Formats: sequence, C-alpha cells, structure tokens
Amino acid sequence: MKDMIRKATRHINQNEGLIFEKSSAGKAAWKLPPLDVPEVDASQLLGSSERKDLGNMPEVSEIEIIRHFTRLSTWNYAIDLGMYPLGSCTMKYNPRVNEAVARVEGIANGHPYQPEKISQGALHILKTLSECLIEITGMDAITLQPAAGAHGEMTGLLMVRAYHQSQGNARKKILIPDSAHGTNPATAAMVNYAVENLKSDSRGMVDIAALEAQMSEDVAALMLTNPNTLGVFEQQIHKIADILHAKGGLLYMDGANMNALVGKVRPGDFGVDVMHLNLHKTFSTPHGGGGPGSGPVAIKKILEPFLPTPVVVAKPDGTLGFEYNRPQSVGRVRAFYGNFGMFVRALAYIQANGPDGLRQTTEDAVLNANYIRKGLEGTYDLPYSTPTMHEVVFSDKLQARKGVRTMDIAKRLIDYGFHPYTTAFPLIVPGALMIEPTESESKEEMDLFVEAMKSIAEEVEEDPQTVLDAPHSTRVSRLDETAAARKPVLRWKPAV
Amino acid sequence: MLKAIGVGSVDDLFAPIPAEYRLSRDLKVPRQMAESEIVDYFRERSRENGEGYTSFLGAGAYAHYRPVIIDSLISRGEFLTAYTPYQAEISQGTLQSIFEFQTMICELTGMEVANASMYDGSTAAAEAVMMAVRLTGRRSVVVASSLHPEYREVLATYATHQGMPLSVAGFGDDGRLNVKELEKSITPETAAVLIQSPNFFGTIEDVAAIAEIAHKHGAMLVVSIAEAVSLGIVEPPRQADVIAMEGQSFGVPLGFGGPYCGVIATREKFVRQMPGRLVGQTVDKQGKRGFVLTLATREQHIRREKATSNICTNQALVALMVNIFMTVYGKVGLKELAKQNLAKTAYAAAQFAKHGKVLFAGAPRFNEFVVETGEDPYAINSRLLGHKIVGGLPLKKFYPELGNAALWCCTELTTRTAIDAAVRLVAEGEGSVRLVKEEAAEVVR
Repeated sequence: MKDMIRKATRHINQNEGLIFEKSSAGKAAWKLPPLDVPEVDASQLLGSSERKDLGNMPEVSEIEIIRHFTRLSTWNYAIDLGMYPLGSCTMKYNPRVNEAVARVEGIANGHPYQPEKISQGALHILKTLSECLIEITGMDAITLQPAAGAHGEMTGLLMVRAYHQSQGNARKKILIPDSAHGTNPATAAMVNYAVENLKSDSRGMVDIAALEAQMSEDVAALMLTNPNTLGVFEQQIHKIADILHAKGGLLYMDGANMNALVGKVRPGDFGVDVMHLNLHKTFSTPHGGGGPGSGPVAIKKILEPFLPTPVVVAKPDGTLGFEYNRPQSVGRVRAFYGNFGMFVRALAYIQANGPDGLRQTTEDAVLNANYIRKGLEGTYDLPYSTPTMHEVVFSDKLQARKGVRTMDIAKRLIDYGFHPYTTAFPLIVPGALMIEPTESESKEEMDLFVEAMKSIAEEVEEDPQTVLDAPHSTRVSRLDETAAARKPVLRWKPAV
Repeated sequence: MLKAIGVGSVDDLFAPIPAEYRLSRDLKVPRQMAESEIVDYFRERSRENGEGYTSFLGAGAYAHYRPVIIDSLISRGEFLTAYTPYQAEISQGTLQSIFEFQTMICELTGMEVANASMYDGSTAAAEAVMMAVRLTGRRSVVVASSLHPEYREVLATYATHQGMPLSVAGFGDDGRLNVKELEKSITPETAAVLIQSPNFFGTIEDVAAIAEIAHKHGAMLVVSIAEAVSLGIVEPPRQADVIAMEGQSFGVPLGFGGPYCGVIATREKFVRQMPGRLVGQTVDKQGKRGFVLTLATREQHIRREKATSNICTNQALVALMVNIFMTVYGKVGLKELAKQNLAKTAYAAAQFAKHGKVLFAGAPRFNEFVVETGEDPYAINSRLLGHKIVGGLPLKKFYPELGNAALWCCTELTTRTAIDAAVRLVAEGEGSVRLVKEEAAEVVR
C-alpha cells in the first residue's frame, strides 16, 4: 500500500447487525393519538380476514433506529463524499434547494386526485418543466409520465410502434449499436420488436455503410445514444437520420448522455424523432442508491397523437387541466402522472442555472472529461482517439499484461478514497474503464483522481498483488458473489 | 486546464459537433434565479395546490402520518447521493437496508422472496402478470374490474404488444369479485388472475376462494395491494403466487402521485423469473457477513433482450422510506395503526349511512367505502371545497354503472370533527334532493 494517500484516511466506523437482531418485545418508536371515535372489534368487522400476527417484524426504539441507519449510511460512498466517476451515470452534485422545495407542504402532500381547481400549482410545475425540456431538446412535445430511463425507452418505442401502425405497418425490428446500454435491447423486446445489432466503426461511431446495408422497411427505429457510450459525438448524425428517414424509420435517441449537449446543441435540430431524458442524471435529481429516477420522453410532432394519457392542457378559462380523451394514445405507462417529486427538483435545477448556467454546466462537464483524458493518456490505453465529450473510455490493455484487470484497478481506487469508474462497459472495449467526472468536480479533486490512477498503474508494475487483493481498507473485502447466486439468501430468518 | 489539455478555448472541445447543429443562442428557459427566488416560486405553487385542505381521498394514494425520522435519515448524503450498489464494498449501507426491506416485505405479505422495488404499484402489477405469463407458458389474463382502474390501464398498455389477451371479471353486490364471472372467464389458456385486496372500493376479497378457482385451472393468482397499511390488520393474501404491492402508505409523501414504491413478492421457486434487483447475503474473503446484488443474470445489463424486464433504475430511496416506516411501527405499531384506520372508517361509514347509501356492506372493508347519494358527487364536492374539504372520489369516470357513487377514505389522520363536518355537508344536499323528489312526487299526485 502507498505510504501516503492524499484523498482519504482510514478511520473507525461502527459495527451494526441486522435490525431484527436488535429487536425485543416491548420496545417501540411509535405513538398514536387517542382515538376520537369508538373503538372497534377487529375480529367482528373482519371475520376470517383478520390478521392475528405480524411475524418477525422488529420492535426497536427510536434511538436504535437512528443509530441503525446512521451507522449503515457511513458504510456507503456518496457524491457528498467525493468524486463519483461512473461513466454514463452522470453523478453530479444534487443541490439541496431541490430537496427543500420538494418538501414544501402543498407540493409534498398534494393528492393526485384532488380537484384540478386546487391543483393549479402542480399543473403549473408540470407545464413549465415540460416547456423547458422541450426547448432544451429542440423537440415538439413531451410526456413526463415514465418513472425512469428504461421506462422512458419503453414509452418511446410504444409511440414508435403506434406511429408505424398508423402508417399501416408496425415493422419488425429495432437497430441497436453494439455500444448500447443493456436496457435498449431489453426494451425493444418488451415492445415486441426483434433486436438487430449494428456494428461500430474503427472510430467508435455508427458504421454508416453497415447502417445503409441493414436499413430496410422492416426497421422501425434506430436506438442511438449520442454522445455514445464512448463519449464520442456521432458526427454523421444527420446522415444517420437521413438514412433512417429515407426508408420511413425513426431515430430514437437515448438521452443518458445529454449532459454533454444541454445548451450547446439540441437533438431535435439534428434529426432525432423521439428521445428520453434521465432527470436523475442530467437534471441533478438524486440517485438515492438506485432510484427514484424519472424518464420523460420528448417527441416530434408526428408522434404527438400517441402520447400517454393524460396530457396537461390550458383550458378556455385560462386554468390548467388534464386531457384524457386522446383516441390514438398508447395508453398509460404508470398510475397518476409520473415521479412528480423529481419534476420539482429538475425544475429547481433549471431555475438555479438559467440559460447561461446550463451552457456552462455542459462546457465544464466536457472540459473536465478532457482534462482527465489528458492526465491519464499514456498511463492507460486509449482504444479510440476520437475526441472526447463528457466521458472518456480507457482500457486495461497495459495493465492486463501483469494480470490486472479493470475491476481490480476499480477496487484499488476505493482504497484511494474514490468510487470506481464504470467497469467492463461499453462492451465494444474489452476491459473498459469508463470515466465521467461531470461538471461538479474541481480541478483539485480531479488532480487527486489522476494521481490515484497513476499511482495504481505504478503499483501494477511493482506489486500487482496489492491491486489484485484490493480493496484493503473497506469494512468488508471482496464478497463472494458466486456463492450468493448459487444458494441465494434473500431474506433474514430467525435462528431455529 | 485548457492549457493542460492543449486547446485554446472551450469551444474547441465542441468542434466534433458539426457547426450547423450548434446552438448559437441562449436557451429560452427561465433566467437564472437566486435560491431565495426558487424557494418563493415553489411556495407560491404550493399555495395553489390544496395547501390546508382536509381530504377524504384515497384510491391508491393514502395520507398517513410520516414519522419525522424518515426524512432525517433519508436526507443523509450517504443514502441520498449514492449510486446503485454495484460496488458492494462501499455500498454495504444501502445493501443491508435493502436486505432488511426484502425481509420485512416477506414477513408482511407472507411470501418467501421480495425484490428491491419496482416503479410503483401499477407497473409492479403489470410486471407480475408478465412473470406469470413466462412461468405458465400461457398468455391470457383475467383482471378484476375492482383492480385500480389506472393499474388496469397500465396493464393494458404493457400487454398490447405481448400478445396477452385480457378479460375483465366484474364485482358483485358485496363489492367482491364476482366468482361466477371469474369461472366463466378463466380458460386453460389463462396464465394469471389479477385481483386487488383490499380492492379499489376498499373491500377485502375472499382470496382463498379465488386462489382455489385460479389454481384449479392451472393459472397463477397475482394479488395487488395498493394500501399497505391494511397488512397490519388484514390477513395477507398468502394463497397468492405473486404479490404486487404499492408501498406508498408506508411513509411516502402523496407528492401528487409520485415517486412511490412498487414491490413484487413471490415464492422462492419463482425467483428466477422475477424482475428487478435483488440483494443477497454472502461472505467476504475473511468469512465476514456482507451483502451483494445477486441473480443478475435475470437483468438487462447481463441478458439484454432476453432479460426478465428492462427495469434498471428502481425506487431505492423511496424503498428506504418504506423500510424506516416499517421499522418504526414494527410488529405492534403496524397493527395498532391499522386498527385506528379501521375504527375511523367504521365510524365514518356509519355516519354516512344515515344520509346516503353505503354500498357493498356485505363484505369486510379496510379504510375506504363507497357512498351513493341522490346528489351528483361533483356537486357535493364543490360545496365541500368551499369549506376546505376535499370529498370522496366520484366514481362515474371509472364506473359509470355506479351512478352517483363516490369512494371515501379515512386514515388515522382523519378527525372525527372532519368526518362530522363532511357528513353534515353531504346531508344538506341529500335533504334538498329528497325535498325535490317529494315535491315532484306531489305534483305527479
């Protein structure tokens, strides 16, 4: 282990068992007010439907609960602790004003079915955010209903299918580049389209000749991430759109990497017909350990009749309301109106930035990625020399000679006080190290990151075993995932 | 930094984007605002959004008390700003809490395994049905019309392109699933019967009887639970094969419909067809207990188009709220909480019955009930709104056959004063409706 790691120092943290192991009868963290109506006899009201026992549910006190979850929290890495360079995940700072405004009384406690007359505040938020996102993407209309990126993909492809259906032929397949995120093919299958792989060229971009050869009237759409998962902007994007459009196909853009484009270029201007956004990436809503997300889908005019119901409309009296009567709609993809709390946060983010701030954000994100690329070029193999936008992909080719792979380097990075980058993705780069710093990182933090990565590369040469055995400083060492999958233990059970 | 990179300006970094697509103007979005202005903006919106109203709405979104420690704990940056726990060594906090969540969902539902969350109750129900389709190799589905109407719509959307024919079974005079209609709809091609209990009307279904019919025909029974607090006092649908739940009642703000927390629970033998993330227990190199995401071969990032679902991001932080709520109330508190809901609802239903007709009296209910009035419920509600009360949900939109009926909900937060006020305001209308009817009858005579 390096003598001096500048970013982090080991310190003690608390052990903590499972909550069930702390439970004992009679402890409680709840108190109900006295009933102001007559008591009831549950067995008389419910008969055989009455539940008698709640099994092994815990009984613990409030301080125990506070300590339990606080202790658990200290075992997590988080953006609030440091740089989180996961490629394609856009782990940017989650502003706290977003959290504050999402908790304002009428916003946090509005019921989805309360009359429209007393829902004007929420409707106004839906409408304003929609207008902002339409402007940012350069599209014509939007639905905010999808709950996450993959859900947005599904909604988008449902609209693609409905559109083709309305033209008399739903078509058979979706083209997906080999660099795509796994949700793309999984989504195509859910909408009952066959998936056809599209190869990347030597620069990591869509192979135009291959696209021309594969494009036919059976192809409903191409699902393209732009910039793609190598962080490379598809320079021939308009050509790609033209090839699709010439045969009646549509261009779907996965907006996972929109953080490279906001305020600088708009997908609607370069030929995209339908795209989803990830509010939990580009628009700063917190990842929360895996969710909630929000995956609005922005579309061109031709797809508008197919939007999920309901849509927000201005009524003749000037108030806002929901419109349900849309005969060509693909239907609902979720109950109510989507992850409204995330809309509030995303709108607050847009307001905090304004046009200048949004553009600056994108510029800083691209600047930071290029700074890291420059810092690590030569130390790590750069399989594609194409210009980098908001993320950069290296490979473990140089380190693999010593038997050290991307996952090992990632685990060693933990000892240096960083969360790992994205490993082994995109699939077109064997042993990929995919790094996205976002605009949130300062030069000082990135210098520490570059220093850590270089130091690890030196360790690989001098003492590869240290890297192979990493992490050394965490509560638990590498966990046995094979055993976990072979004999799954998916819940706690009392000892017998 | 530009110097280090070796470019003259930031714009040089955007050179790969063809010039004709580059935006040369400002985005037309609101100007940059100070934090104080942002807070003011949302306070203003809040005032336009039902702030200070007493509500009797339920219908899939329930107003329960949220212990303050939920927000204290989920606001910790280590939970709030962490990513999906793929790097287990530095994600043990999230992983262990999900493991506890899975355990408590199993305890409450009577199932053997539960996943880490789905988007919400509606999509969980749709995915649970698709799971049954994969498991049975059959395709058609019988859906209770007393399933939340918006859940039915979501299922219809998911089913459209999966070649899954849906048929609907209605409800009887007691508000429960009409078993005869179920028997008629079910065929050897039926993969799943999907019901909700307590159902959309608040009525508790006879799950055992429905399970028997489904299983007799080789179909799976999928039960949707929209009101999680019911699990404190209502026997869980143990006879179900899959349970698709909405956890919102457990400490999640109403939030105008989201984010909420779906979850799927089932039998161990079905786990490999289950969608969504799962956390499992294992050991590290020193034999120390730890937790990891497991059985990922079901998921999109490994299986791509052959995955059980395309779901990736779920509702992790909301699941943590649910987890903390379950921990706070626990074995005894959940039961007492549910009992208060039962008592308030029994009282309210009895009061309403004096002036309107409370439907579906023949079967037990939890915290919702349907009141039929002479007066149009929309008219009733606009009168109530004048007194800052939001009345029950008029059912015409979803169930035209129920005429002037509305779905009312009471929770532990509903006060007797509010109930009495609402009943009085409903009664005013009923009195005048009766008067008009009597006068009309007199004219006829």
